[in-house]
Amino acid sequence: MRTLIPYMKKYRIFAILSPILMILEVLADIIIPYLMSLIVDVGIANRDIGYIVKTGIIMVVAALLAMVFGIMSAHCGARAGYGFAAEIREKVFRKIQSFSFANLDKFTLSSLITRLTNDCNTIGQVTMMSLRMAVRAPFLMIFALIMAFSINPSLARVFMVAIPLTVLVISVIIVKARPLFERLQTSVDKVNGVIQENLTAIRVVKSFNRQDYEERKFKKRNDYLRDTALKAISTVLFLMPLLNLIIYSTIIAVLWFGGQQILAGDMGGGELISFITYITQVLMALMMMSFFFMQFLRGTASAGRILEVLNTESEIKEIANPIKELKDGSISFKNVYFRYPGSKEYTLKNINLDIKSGETIGIIGSTASSKSTLVQLIPRLYDVTEGAVMVGGRDVKEYHIKVLRDQVAFVLQKNTLFSGTIRDNMRWGKEDATDEEIIKALKFAQAWEFVSKYDDGLGHWVEQGGDNFSGGQKQRLTIARALLKSPKIIILDDSTSAVDMATDAKLQKVFREELDHITTIIIAQRISSIKHADRIIVMDKGQIESIGDHDSLLNTSPVYREIYQSQERGVLSQ
Amino acid sequence: MSDRRKHIQLRPTNPKKTLVRLFSYFRYNRFLFFVGLLFIILSSAAQVAANGMLSPIIDSLVENRGMGIFIRYLIIMGILVIFISLAQYLGNMFMARLAQRTVHRIREDMFSHMEKLPLSFFDTHSHGELMSTFTNDVDMLNQSLEQSVSQIAISVITVIGTFSMMLYLSPILTLVVVGMLVVMFAAVRYVGKRSARNFRHQQAALADMNGYIEEIMSGQKVVKVFNYEDRAIDKFNEKNEELRIASTGASTYGVMLMPIMGNLSFVLYALTSMLGALLVMANRMSIGNIASFLQYTRTISRPITQVSNQLNTLFAALAGAERIFNILDEEIEVDEGDVRLVRDGDGKDSPYWKVPKGDGEYEKVPLKGFITFKDVHFGYTPDKKVLKNINLYAKPGQKIAFVGSTGAGKTTITNLINRFYEIQEGTILYDGIDIRRINKFDLRSTMSIVLQDVHLFEGTIADNIRYGRLDATDEEVVEAAKLANADYFIRNLPQGYDTMLTMDGQNLSQGERQLLSIARAAIADPVILILDEATSSIDTRTEKFIAEGMDKLMEGRTTFVIAHRLSTVRDANAIMVLEEGEIIERGDHKDLMEQKGRYYALNTGQMELA
Repeated sequence: MRTLIPYMKKYRIFAILSPILMILEVLADIIIPYLMSLIVDVGIANRDIGYIVKTGIIMVVAALLAMVFGIMSAHCGARAGYGFAAEIREKVFRKIQSFSFANLDKFTLSSLITRLTNDCNTIGQVTMMSLRMAVRAPFLMIFALIMAFSINPSLARVFMVAIPLTVLVISVIIVKARPLFERLQTSVDKVNGVIQENLTAIRVVKSFNRQDYEERKFKKRNDYLRDTALKAISTVLFLMPLLNLIIYSTIIAVLWFGGQQILAGDMGGGELISFITYITQVLMALMMMSFFFMQFLRGTASAGRILEVLNTESEIKEIANPIKELKDGSISFKNVYFRYPGSKEYTLKNINLDIKSGETIGIIGSTASSKSTLVQLIPRLYDVTEGAVMVGGRDVKEYHIKVLRDQVAFVLQKNTLFSGTIRDNMRWGKEDATDEEIIKALKFAQAWEFVSKYDDGLGHWVEQGGDNFSGGQKQRLTIARALLKSPKIIILDDSTSAVDMATDAKLQKVFREELDHITTIIIAQRISSIKHADRIIVMDKGQIESIGDHDSLLNTSPVYREIYQSQERGVLSQ
Repeated sequence: MSDRRKHIQLRPTNPKKTLVRLFSYFRYNRFLFFVGLLFIILSSAAQVAANGMLSPIIDSLVENRGMGIFIRYLIIMGILVIFISLAQYLGNMFMARLAQRTVHRIREDMFSHMEKLPLSFFDTHSHGELMSTFTNDVDMLNQSLEQSVSQIAISVITVIGTFSMMLYLSPILTLVVVGMLVVMFAAVRYVGKRSARNFRHQQAALADMNGYIEEIMSGQKVVKVFNYEDRAIDKFNEKNEELRIASTGASTYGVMLMPIMGNLSFVLYALTSMLGALLVMANRMSIGNIASFLQYTRTISRPITQVSNQLNTLFAALAGAERIFNILDEEIEVDEGDVRLVRDGDGKDSPYWKVPKGDGEYEKVPLKGFITFKDVHFGYTPDKKVLKNINLYAKPGQKIAFVGSTGAGKTTITNLINRFYEIQEGTILYDGIDIRRINKFDLRSTMSIVLQDVHLFEGTIADNIRYGRLDATDEEVVEAAKLANADYFIRNLPQGYDTMLTMDGQNLSQGERQLLSIARAAIADPVILILDEATSSIDTRTEKFIAEGMDKLMEGRTTFVIAHRLSTVRDANAIMVLEEGEIIERGDHKDLMEQKGRYYALNTGQMELA
């Protein structure tokens, strides 16, 4: 947790004020019982009404001041805590934005979301609590101890037994309970796992008549959860009764020893009463510290998860003086080998390839042939393991990453639209795009024909993920969005699979004729999508099997021929 | 921008009814509840008494009434203290047990109810919502059973006990206390109201924030390729700032009550000592009385804060309980079918349907897999028909294909065959028997389904294949895998058939998962096979590779195929082209191509399947 402290900078003032105000509150709270003992032992003993009233008023003022300090401390604590949390959340979000694809592959989506939401909130709460409790409890204890010792040092020796005993009880229970609560958390996860599975796969469960089977599975885990929960809770349940036992036993001890002193005339009744108040305060403070300790543990777990994100560095780094301009859209691969981080096998082997600026390239091959991996190296979404990828005659590593990715438009296979209007979505490609520009791109992508039919046109609402569009429409919109970048190179990674063949053909024609200055790389399952490309690359098991145009490949490439024949069946009559 | 946020209700609509129903859950544990409550009440009463003991003890000292009395009082107090701890432990223990058992039972009821709910329920409720009821709401209930109930009991007893003791010790000082309590209540109300409002703001800001994070994170790779990072950060910062302000407000008001109540009780403490001292001087009170009274002023403010906090938790828990009960009240799928399937009656017969004739006699209808739709109409909601006037038949062993745009009703037809949904008009016959007469369990046991979205379960690969038939032997598992051409990739995994799949099999590729689901369907050895876009995520080459397995799988079984890719339906015995819930063309591939209608247009690429 300590490593996160620099992020407190902006809210430092509140982080300092909150404990100071808290100390002031505690001071007032400590003085009040002492003043009370004065009233009893001085005021009553001397029958001095003026003194009693005066002291009483001071007490009331002290209490009111303490209240004001307390409220202010609460506010400062909240500002510091949640400010801190917001600051960290921003850092984490920024960090994730800087993540490379490899980094993103490492974390699951849900774990990143949890870190940004739950973990950051926990940090905020714990910080706020720490600023208040971590200060309040020890100070309360110290002040109360000082008061107790100054009132009656011999009587205060009961603390020497009471405090170690309390600490012992609390630590034994925490030590015992912690592993049990960890086990409880895993059993909760297990129960939730079954529920989650059954919610998503209910059709499978039902169609295989596996309801009873699933219920038995659930029952087993649910029983286990109940048992672990009871075990964990039973341990903690000892805490309060034991602490009560200690507090009251201490009070009895004080009464016993103090009583004898009073009988001997060495101590006043008021002192004894205030002493008892201090005992309660000291032991309550200890309890508060134990609660704080448990909270803190929760916080450190969250901090650990957050640090894991913050300490992850994108391995894709820019060089010192990056090139800020792409000369042209030529691409070449020189002896490229690639393997995904953590994987032993090479996904791409010995790739050598030269693509001229403005050329149209088709890539085809089976699912595991690493077509997508190949093209992801061009905008440096991943870095090569060996060899080099050149764009515009220079190694991609020499470019300013933003410039490179602006000039190389990439339409991802697993693409998505975001909630907002169509216009909002198109402006992802160009922030200040005018409606004319957007319409032009939509026309190129063959999307204008359906967009223009909406009453609200470009203002038409897109649901999260683009769920209110059909697959083909979504693909055409994402192509338009990429075109708005006016790139030198465009890569379509299986981006027209849901578009019908006629529209697909029109799209191909646009790329060939109107956008022929752009280097176009098309990955497709359908031969018809790439048939007219200048050259077609056939990928097989991470290697280039052959390169050529449609007609020559039919003669030279067995893989290509096989794909062609398997698809030929379906389009007999074309 | 439209605001589509859903508000989570924090207050129950009918607290009384929910409470009564919740109590019925204690039926097996009533003993725990009452005895637990009793112990808690006893312990807090003893606590009040122990604080009260201070008065005679100190008086006996100050007035010097001798050691004997002093020691006797101390012993009484000691006994009380031991009693407090014991009763507190037992009370909490009983309540914790009650809470765990109740929650355990509720979870079990919910799950088993969920398993019995019809599919339409899952269509209308989001997973997130249901999951939240299962986790958050149940958690909240647990917490409030474990703590809130006893806390409230303790608080009530403490307030009543303390108050009567105060009244006994000094009616005049009690008047001051009453005045102070009024101020305290006012403070609780004032802060509570603002706290609740700020809390709602915070929840809204949090939901907004989480929504944005989820959306951006799920499209993170798109963000990267569009250099959208900075714009995403700007928008994020806006929401983050909003959340910061809202949280600060909510937390300030939430925490504020502590110093307010704590220090108001010190004000009371101050007033009590001052007035008490004056009363002592007027001989209306003893010093011991002051000691007890002061101890009481410290204890009386806590319950007030506690109750106001716990009541909020309790209400939130009741609102959650209401959502739980709403799920439990959802109507379950009924299975009133009287036609049962007999798999091997005498060991010789092949499986047959046992159809009661009404006179106590049974008719044996052999299981063949003959499906007939007669004038079937169907809609998920009464006002919107999804299927209109469907007539078709599938003879045993035939392959029937459905082609059409998304939303044309292809999947719906298959959902009707296994009775995931009930038809509103018309009849569906299975081997000549109305499927509404057939026991659902038996009906579904004759069918296997392979879906586009493969769902696998946590467990080994073998477990997942065996899901199709639980008593399948290891050899049968391997055989099924071989049939689906999955054996090869499974053997290449580090632990082969014993490889553990993580949640939903995320560690396998889409194609591999699909092969597993085909193996799972194969092992069930169904009479009817439903393939819902089963191969759409497999590329044509791999598809060819598994086509062999599929062909073997379909052999001798009535098969319904839904496909996006037309090459996979060419060899069907009949192809149905669906549009807006109606069959607009039917026939085999050759017929349909000759008709030069919709199917022809689709096949020649003049139309797009949406």
